[in-house]
Amino acid sequence: MDLGAVAFYVVATATVVASLGVVLTRSAVYSALLLIASLALTGFVYLLMLSDFLALVQILVYVGTVSILLLFALMLTRPRELQVMNHRGWPLAAGGSVVALVALVWTTVGTNWAALTPRVTATGPTVSTSSSVSSSARFAAEEVRRFGPEEIGTALFTVWAVPFEIASVVLLIALIGSLLIARATDLEDEAATGTVAGAEGGSA
Amino acid sequence: MVPTEHVLVFSAILFCIGMYGVMARRNGVLVLMAIELMLNAVAVNLVAFSNRIDPQGGSGIIFAIFVITIAAAELGLGLAIVLRVYRMRGSVNVDEADLMRW
Repeated sequence: MDLGAVAFYVVATATVVASLGVVLTRSAVYSALLLIASLALTGFVYLLMLSDFLALVQILVYVGTVSILLLFALMLTRPRELQVMNHRGWPLAAGGSVVALVALVWTTVGTNWAALTPRVTATGPTVSTSSSVSSSARFAAEEVRRFGPEEIGTALFTVWAVPFEIASVVLLIALIGSLLIARATDLEDEAATGTVAGAEGGSA
Repeated sequence: MVPTEHVLVFSAILFCIGMYGVMARRNGVLVLMAIELMLNAVAVNLVAFSNRIDPQGGSGIIFAIFVITIAAAELGLGLAIVLRVYRMRGSVNVDEADLMRW
């Protein structure tokens, strides 16, 4: 067992512990901080799986922005009194999750992966010809190497150009939609202040 | 290199933890955080299969990037909705947001 595998098991265990903390802790802020830790550790898992660009994206997107957004929302929606964090039926949820986990692990262990998928090792001279992805042939002529940032950029703007543009439109629509939904309106002020005719109706 | 099966088990554990969070938590923000955990597990799965099946094409890595993108958009929209529900109801509990229930 080499050092990379040991590091993977250590980081994976830490990630699982942090994720358990996210769903089990009683404090919402601790939950958010543990989620940030869990996502950052998943970035390290990507790094250990030799996809350094994805690790960078993970750290930038989740630790950089999503964490701020989550903490911001938690602070804005502070509950007025201490309340119960879980539903009454949480043992049912726990039981269902454990059953699903057992089923997933059982299927994973029971499947003969070597027979199903052609294993293409990074050092092997054989390139899988049965792969239906056209980008596989694009890089097959070059030397066999890992899928680095340069290859990701090339693939993203050639093979995956249309999904890339659609993703940008989705992001734009999500931005506008979030602005529209979160904006204060007159209807909402009415609901908040009851039927009293508000003198300051235009306050945002 | 770690065997693919171990990565799959790791991602299955993450996914089920997220699933428990989605079903058990009352706070809307915490439900969204659990959904992030589940999407994260799916991305790990995609990278594992990309390394195994298609290391030159890297389609799994591209898919993982798209998953992260959509997760960010989903979180932004979800938090906006939670914020709106909080301002209308004074609470972010998902069992009290029953506006569309008859």
